Amino acid sequence: MLPAVTILLVYQTVGEIAALWLGLPIPGPVIGMVMLFATLVARGSAPSQLRDTANGLLTHLSLLFVPAGVGLMIHIDRIRGEALPIVISLVASTAVTIAVTALVFAWLRKGRP
Amino acid sequence: MSARFEDIWVYLSATPLLGLTVTLLAYQAAYWVYSRAGFHPLLNPVAISVAMLATLLTLTGTPYQTYFSGAQFIHFLLGPATVALALPLYAQFARLKAEWRQLLLALVAGSLTASVSAVVIAWALGAKKATLLSLAPKSVTTPIAMGIAEKIGGLPSLTAVLVVSTGIVGAVIAKYVLDALAIADHAVRGFAVGVAAHGIGTARAFQVSEEAGAFAGLAMGLNGAATALMVPLALWLLERGS
Repeated sequence: MLPAVTILLVYQTVGEIAALWLGLPIPGPVIGMVMLFATLVARGSAPSQLRDTANGLLTHLSLLFVPAGVGLMIHIDRIRGEALPIVISLVASTAVTIAVTALVFAWLRKGRP
Repeated sequence: MSARFEDIWVYLSATPLLGLTVTLLAYQAAYWVYSRAGFHPLLNPVAISVAMLATLLTLTGTPYQTYFSGAQFIHFLLGPATVALALPLYAQFARLKAEWRQLLLALVAGSLTASVSAVVIAWALGAKKATLLSLAPKSVTTPIAMGIAEKIGGLPSLTAVLVVSTGIVGAVIAKYVLDALAIADHAVRGFAVGVAAHGIGTARAFQVSEEAGAFAGLAMGLNGAATALMVPLALWLLERGS
Protein backbone atom coordinates (compact mmCIF):
# COMPACT_ATOMS: atom_id res chain seq x y z
CA MET A 1 0.00 0.00 0.00
CA LEU A 2 2.83 2.38 0.87
CA PRO A 3 4.46 2.36 -2.59
CA ALA A 4 1.03 2.88 -4.19
CA VAL A 5 0.19 5.86 -1.96
CA THR A 6 3.65 7.27 -2.70
CA ILE A 7 3.03 6.95 -6.45
CA LEU A 8 -0.28 8.83 -6.16
CA LEU A 9 1.32 11.62 -4.10
CA VAL A 10 4.34 11.89 -6.41
CA TYR A 11 2.06 12.29 -9.46
CA GLN A 12 -0.02 14.87 -7.59
CA THR A 13 3.11 16.79 -6.59
CA VAL A 14 4.52 16.75 -10.12
CA GLY A 15 1.09 17.87 -11.35
CA GLU A 16 1.05 20.79 -8.90
CA ILE A 17 4.58 21.80 -9.91
CA ALA A 18 3.68 21.62 -13.61
CA ALA A 19 0.54 23.73 -13.08
CA LEU A 20 2.43 26.44 -11.18
CA TRP A 21 5.49 26.42 -13.40
CA LEU A 22 3.65 26.57 -16.71
CA GLY A 23 0.89 28.81 -15.31
CA LEU A 24 -1.77 26.33 -16.46
CA PRO A 25 -5.41 26.97 -15.48
CA ILE A 26 -5.80 23.23 -14.70
CA PRO A 27 -5.50 22.07 -11.07
CA GLY A 28 -2.45 19.97 -10.17
CA PRO A 29 -4.26 16.71 -9.27
CA VAL A 30 -5.93 16.67 -12.73
CA ILE A 31 -2.55 16.98 -14.43
CA GLY A 32 -1.32 14.22 -12.12
CA MET A 33 -4.29 12.05 -13.17
CA VAL A 34 -3.61 12.63 -16.89
CA MET A 35 0.08 11.83 -16.43
CA LEU A 36 -0.65 8.65 -14.46
CA PHE A 37 -3.15 7.60 -17.15
CA ALA A 38 -0.53 8.22 -19.85
CA THR A 39 2.00 6.20 -17.84
CA LEU A 40 -0.41 3.26 -17.54
CA VAL A 41 -1.15 3.36 -21.28
CA ALA A 42 2.57 3.46 -22.10
CA ARG A 43 3.25 0.65 -19.62
CA GLY A 44 0.43 -1.47 -20.99
CA SER A 45 -0.91 -2.59 -17.59
CA ALA A 46 -1.83 -1.33 -14.13
CA PRO A 47 0.10 -2.74 -11.12
CA SER A 48 -2.36 -4.66 -8.94
CA GLN A 49 -1.17 -2.89 -5.79
CA LEU A 50 -1.90 0.50 -7.29
CA ARG A 51 -5.30 -0.75 -8.46
CA ASP A 52 -6.21 -1.97 -4.97
CA THR A 53 -5.15 1.29 -3.30
CA ALA A 54 -7.05 3.38 -5.87
CA ASN A 55 -10.10 1.18 -5.34
CA GLY A 56 -9.90 1.63 -1.58
CA LEU A 57 -9.66 5.39 -1.94
CA LEU A 58 -12.48 5.61 -4.49
CA THR A 59 -14.82 3.28 -2.57
CA HIS A 60 -15.13 5.94 0.11
CA LEU A 61 -15.07 8.82 -2.34
CA SER A 62 -18.26 10.38 -1.00
CA LEU A 63 -16.80 10.54 2.54
CA LEU A 64 -14.08 12.86 1.21
CA PHE A 65 -16.71 15.48 0.31
CA VAL A 66 -18.14 15.73 3.82
CA PRO A 67 -15.66 18.24 5.36
CA ALA A 68 -16.17 20.66 2.44
CA GLY A 69 -19.93 20.16 2.63
CA VAL A 70 -20.02 21.16 6.29
CA GLY A 71 -18.59 24.50 5.06
CA LEU A 72 -22.24 25.23 4.34
CA MET A 73 -22.18 26.68 7.86
CA ILE A 74 -19.97 29.64 6.99
CA HIS A 75 -21.85 30.47 3.80
CA ILE A 76 -25.30 30.10 5.27
CA ASP A 77 -26.01 33.85 5.11
CA ARG A 78 -25.09 34.18 1.44
CA ILE A 79 -26.98 31.00 0.60
CA ARG A 80 -30.04 32.17 2.54
CA GLY A 81 -29.89 35.60 0.84
CA GLU A 82 -29.71 34.02 -2.61
CA ALA A 83 -31.52 30.78 -1.80
CA LEU A 84 -33.97 30.96 -4.69
CA PRO A 85 -31.43 31.44 -7.54
CA ILE A 86 -28.98 28.96 -5.97
CA VAL A 87 -31.45 26.15 -5.29
CA ILE A 88 -33.35 26.47 -8.58
CA SER A 89 -30.13 26.77 -10.56
CA LEU A 90 -28.57 23.71 -8.87
CA VAL A 91 -31.58 21.45 -9.28
CA ALA A 92 -32.63 22.57 -12.78
CA SER A 93 -29.11 22.69 -14.17
CA THR A 94 -28.22 19.26 -12.75
CA ALA A 95 -31.40 17.69 -14.17
CA VAL A 96 -30.82 19.29 -17.60
CA THR A 97 -27.16 18.22 -17.60
CA ILE A 98 -28.06 14.59 -16.85
CA ALA A 99 -30.72 14.66 -19.58
CA VAL A 100 -28.55 16.35 -22.26
CA THR A 101 -25.53 14.12 -21.62
CA ALA A 102 -27.61 10.92 -21.62
CA LEU A 103 -29.57 11.87 -24.75
CA VAL A 104 -26.51 12.95 -26.76
CA PHE A 105 -24.53 9.84 -25.75
CA ALA A 106 -27.46 7.47 -26.34
CA TRP A 107 -28.17 9.07 -29.71
CA LEU A 108 -24.51 8.84 -30.82
CA ARG A 109 -24.25 5.21 -29.70
CA LYS A 110 -27.35 4.17 -31.60
CA GLY A 111 -26.71 1.21 -33.86
CA ARG A 112 -23.75 0.08 -31.75
CA PRO A 113 -23.92 -3.13 -29.72
CA MET B 1 -17.25 16.70 38.10
CA SER B 2 -18.81 18.92 35.46
CA ALA B 3 -15.77 21.23 35.58
CA ARG B 4 -13.57 18.28 34.74
CA PHE B 5 -15.74 17.38 31.79
CA GLU B 6 -15.43 20.96 30.56
CA ASP B 7 -11.65 20.74 30.83
CA ILE B 8 -11.66 17.59 28.76
CA TRP B 9 -13.95 19.25 26.20
CA VAL B 10 -11.73 22.34 25.97
CA TYR B 11 -8.72 20.11 25.40
CA LEU B 12 -10.38 17.82 22.87
CA SER B 13 -12.08 20.56 20.87
CA ALA B 14 -8.68 22.18 20.29
CA THR B 15 -7.06 19.07 18.78
CA PRO B 16 -7.56 17.73 15.23
CA LEU B 17 -8.67 14.42 16.73
CA LEU B 18 -12.25 15.45 17.40
CA GLY B 19 -13.05 16.85 13.93
CA LEU B 20 -11.61 13.76 12.31
CA THR B 21 -13.40 11.32 14.61
CA VAL B 22 -16.85 12.92 14.42
CA THR B 23 -16.61 13.04 10.61
CA LEU B 24 -15.90 9.31 10.41
CA LEU B 25 -18.60 8.51 12.98
CA ALA B 26 -21.20 10.68 11.25
CA TYR B 27 -20.43 9.24 7.82
CA GLN B 28 -20.60 5.66 9.01
CA ALA B 29 -23.87 6.28 10.83
CA ALA B 30 -25.27 7.94 7.67
CA TYR B 31 -23.99 5.09 5.51
CA TRP B 32 -25.58 2.54 7.83
CA VAL B 33 -28.97 4.25 7.44
CA TYR B 34 -28.44 4.45 3.66
CA SER B 35 -27.57 0.75 3.32
CA ARG B 36 -30.39 -0.34 5.65
CA ALA B 37 -32.79 1.55 3.38
CA GLY B 38 -31.54 -0.44 0.38
CA PHE B 39 -29.46 2.52 -0.96
CA HIS B 40 -32.51 4.70 -1.50
CA PRO B 41 -31.35 7.80 -3.44
CA LEU B 42 -33.20 10.18 -1.11
CA LEU B 43 -31.13 9.03 1.90
CA ASN B 44 -27.83 10.25 0.46
CA PRO B 45 -25.06 9.61 3.03
CA VAL B 46 -23.19 12.85 2.27
CA ALA B 47 -26.35 14.92 2.83
CA ILE B 48 -27.11 13.14 6.11
CA SER B 49 -23.52 13.44 7.42
CA VAL B 50 -23.32 17.14 6.52
CA ALA B 51 -26.64 17.81 8.25
CA MET B 52 -25.59 15.90 11.37
CA LEU B 53 -22.19 17.58 11.60
CA ALA B 54 -23.49 21.10 10.92
CA THR B 55 -26.14 20.60 13.62
CA LEU B 56 -23.54 19.25 16.07
CA LEU B 57 -21.15 22.16 15.46
CA THR B 58 -23.94 24.70 15.79
CA LEU B 59 -25.24 23.17 19.04
CA THR B 60 -21.77 23.01 20.61
CA GLY B 61 -20.81 26.46 19.33
CA THR B 62 -17.76 25.05 17.53
CA PRO B 63 -16.45 27.25 14.68
CA TYR B 64 -16.09 25.59 11.27
CA GLN B 65 -12.36 26.41 11.24
CA THR B 66 -11.83 24.39 14.43
CA TYR B 67 -13.72 21.44 12.97
CA PHE B 68 -11.85 21.71 9.67
CA SER B 69 -8.43 21.64 11.36
CA GLY B 70 -9.23 17.99 12.05
CA ALA B 71 -11.41 17.17 9.06
CA GLN B 72 -8.81 18.56 6.64
CA PHE B 73 -7.02 15.22 6.79
CA ILE B 74 -10.02 13.65 5.07
CA HIS B 75 -10.41 16.64 2.73
CA PHE B 76 -6.76 16.31 1.73
CA LEU B 77 -7.39 12.83 0.32
CA LEU B 78 -9.46 14.38 -2.50
CA GLY B 79 -6.17 15.22 -4.25
CA PRO B 80 -4.72 11.68 -4.33
CA ALA B 81 -8.26 10.37 -5.06
CA THR B 82 -8.37 12.56 -8.17
CA VAL B 83 -5.02 11.14 -9.30
CA ALA B 84 -6.34 7.64 -8.51
CA LEU B 85 -9.14 8.17 -11.06
CA ALA B 86 -6.52 7.33 -13.68
CA LEU B 87 -7.05 3.65 -12.75
CA PRO B 88 -10.79 3.22 -13.46
CA LEU B 89 -10.15 5.38 -16.51
CA TYR B 90 -7.43 2.99 -17.64
CA ALA B 91 -9.66 -0.03 -16.91
CA GLN B 92 -12.09 1.40 -19.51
CA PHE B 93 -9.29 2.09 -22.00
CA ALA B 94 -10.62 -0.36 -24.60
CA ARG B 95 -14.06 1.28 -24.64
CA LEU B 96 -12.49 4.71 -24.46
CA LYS B 97 -10.50 3.92 -27.60
CA ALA B 98 -13.49 2.44 -29.43
CA GLU B 99 -16.00 5.13 -28.53
CA TRP B 100 -13.86 8.21 -27.92
CA ARG B 101 -15.71 10.36 -30.45
CA GLN B 102 -19.14 9.65 -28.94
CA LEU B 103 -17.79 10.08 -25.43
CA LEU B 104 -16.06 13.33 -26.27
CA LEU B 105 -19.14 14.85 -27.92
CA ALA B 106 -21.43 13.78 -25.06
CA LEU B 107 -18.87 15.14 -22.62
CA VAL B 108 -18.63 18.54 -24.32
CA ALA B 109 -22.43 18.79 -24.54
CA GLY B 110 -22.90 17.86 -20.89
CA SER B 111 -20.00 19.91 -19.60
CA LEU B 112 -21.17 23.08 -21.39
CA THR B 113 -24.77 22.48 -20.28
CA ALA B 114 -23.66 22.09 -16.66
CA SER B 115 -21.75 25.37 -16.46
CA VAL B 116 -23.82 27.53 -18.81
CA SER B 117 -27.27 26.49 -17.53
CA ALA B 118 -26.24 26.98 -13.89
CA VAL B 119 -24.85 30.46 -14.49
CA VAL B 120 -27.68 31.57 -16.80
CA ILE B 121 -30.47 30.36 -14.48
CA ALA B 122 -28.88 31.90 -11.37
CA TRP B 123 -28.15 35.15 -13.28
CA ALA B 124 -31.74 35.36 -14.51
CA LEU B 125 -32.96 34.93 -10.93
CA GLY B 126 -30.67 37.71 -9.68
CA ALA B 127 -27.67 35.99 -8.08
CA LYS B 128 -24.57 38.12 -7.40
CA LYS B 129 -21.39 37.91 -9.48
CA ALA B 130 -19.30 36.05 -6.87
CA THR B 131 -22.08 33.46 -6.60
CA LEU B 132 -22.26 33.08 -10.40
CA LEU B 133 -18.50 32.56 -10.68
CA SER B 134 -18.66 30.05 -7.83
CA LEU B 135 -21.49 28.19 -9.59
CA ALA B 136 -19.74 27.80 -12.96
CA PRO B 137 -17.61 24.78 -11.97
CA LYS B 138 -20.35 23.15 -9.81
CA SER B 139 -20.44 19.83 -11.69
CA VAL B 140 -16.79 18.88 -11.28
CA THR B 141 -15.20 17.21 -8.33
CA THR B 142 -14.28 19.49 -5.37
CA PRO B 143 -10.49 19.95 -5.69
CA ILE B 144 -10.84 20.76 -9.39
CA ALA B 145 -13.82 23.07 -8.86
CA MET B 146 -12.11 24.92 -6.02
CA GLY B 147 -9.04 25.37 -8.19
CA ILE B 148 -11.16 26.75 -11.05
CA ALA B 149 -13.17 29.07 -8.76
CA GLU B 150 -9.95 30.46 -7.35
CA LYS B 151 -8.56 31.09 -10.83
CA ILE B 152 -11.69 32.85 -12.16
CA GLY B 153 -12.48 34.93 -9.07
CA GLY B 154 -15.23 32.91 -7.38
CA LEU B 155 -15.17 31.91 -3.71
CA PRO B 156 -13.48 28.49 -3.44
CA SER B 157 -15.15 27.55 -0.16
CA LEU B 158 -18.60 28.51 -1.50
CA THR B 159 -17.84 26.50 -4.64
CA ALA B 160 -17.01 23.50 -2.45
CA VAL B 161 -20.45 23.75 -0.84
CA LEU B 162 -22.18 24.16 -4.23
CA VAL B 163 -20.24 21.22 -5.65
CA VAL B 164 -21.23 18.96 -2.78
CA SER B 165 -24.86 20.13 -3.07
CA THR B 166 -24.80 19.46 -6.83
CA GLY B 167 -23.43 15.98 -6.20
CA ILE B 168 -26.19 15.24 -3.72
CA VAL B 169 -28.90 16.63 -6.02
CA GLY B 170 -27.52 14.62 -8.94
CA ALA B 171 -27.28 11.39 -6.94
CA VAL B 172 -30.85 11.87 -5.72
CA ILE B 173 -32.59 12.86 -9.00
CA ALA B 174 -30.58 10.90 -11.61
CA LYS B 175 -32.72 7.77 -11.36
CA TYR B 176 -35.93 9.73 -11.90
CA VAL B 177 -34.62 11.85 -14.81
CA LEU B 178 -33.11 8.84 -16.61
CA ASP B 179 -36.19 6.68 -16.03
CA ALA B 180 -38.39 9.46 -17.41
CA LEU B 181 -36.22 9.55 -20.56
CA ALA B 182 -36.38 5.72 -20.80
CA ILE B 183 -32.56 5.42 -20.85
CA ALA B 184 -31.81 1.84 -19.82
CA ASP B 185 -28.15 1.41 -20.83
CA HIS B 186 -26.02 1.46 -17.68
CA ALA B 187 -23.02 2.89 -19.52
CA VAL B 188 -25.10 5.89 -20.65
CA ARG B 189 -26.76 6.30 -17.25
CA GLY B 190 -23.43 6.21 -15.44
CA PHE B 191 -21.76 8.60 -17.87
CA ALA B 192 -24.57 11.17 -17.52
CA VAL B 193 -24.45 11.03 -13.70
CA GLY B 194 -20.65 11.32 -13.69
CA VAL B 195 -20.71 14.44 -15.90
CA ALA B 196 -23.47 16.13 -13.85
CA ALA B 197 -22.67 15.00 -10.32
CA HIS B 198 -18.92 14.10 -10.13
CA GLY B 199 -17.74 11.87 -7.24
CA ILE B 200 -20.98 11.75 -5.28
CA GLY B 201 -22.82 10.74 -8.46
CA THR B 202 -20.06 8.21 -9.18
CA ALA B 203 -20.30 6.73 -5.69
CA ARG B 204 -24.05 6.40 -6.29
CA ALA B 205 -23.50 4.81 -9.73
CA PHE B 206 -21.10 2.21 -8.30
CA GLN B 207 -23.87 1.16 -5.91
CA VAL B 208 -26.19 0.56 -8.87
CA SER B 209 -23.77 -1.42 -11.06
CA GLU B 210 -20.10 -1.88 -11.87
CA GLU B 211 -20.62 -0.71 -15.46
CA ALA B 212 -22.50 2.44 -14.44
CA GLY B 213 -19.79 3.18 -11.87
CA ALA B 214 -16.91 2.78 -14.32
CA PHE B 215 -18.55 5.11 -16.85
CA ALA B 216 -19.41 7.60 -14.11
CA GLY B 217 -15.78 7.60 -12.96
CA LEU B 218 -14.68 8.07 -16.55
CA ALA B 219 -17.12 10.96 -17.01
CA MET B 220 -16.05 12.58 -13.75
CA GLY B 221 -12.38 12.49 -14.72
CA LEU B 222 -13.02 13.75 -18.26
CA ASN B 223 -15.40 16.48 -17.10
CA GLY B 224 -12.88 17.65 -14.51
CA ALA B 225 -10.26 18.11 -17.21
CA ALA B 226 -12.75 19.58 -19.73
CA THR B 227 -14.25 22.11 -17.31
CA ALA B 228 -10.81 23.09 -16.03
CA LEU B 229 -9.93 23.93 -19.64
CA MET B 230 -13.23 25.43 -20.82
CA VAL B 231 -14.39 27.67 -17.97
CA PRO B 232 -11.25 29.84 -17.77
CA LEU B 233 -11.14 29.95 -21.59
CA ALA B 234 -14.82 30.99 -21.83
CA LEU B 235 -14.32 33.77 -19.27
CA TRP B 236 -11.18 34.95 -21.04
CA LEU B 237 -13.13 35.16 -24.30
CA LEU B 238 -16.02 36.95 -22.57
CA GLU B 239 -13.69 39.51 -21.04
CA ARG B 240 -11.97 40.15 -24.36
CA GLY B 241 -15.34 40.46 -26.04
CA SER B 242 -16.78 42.99 -23.62
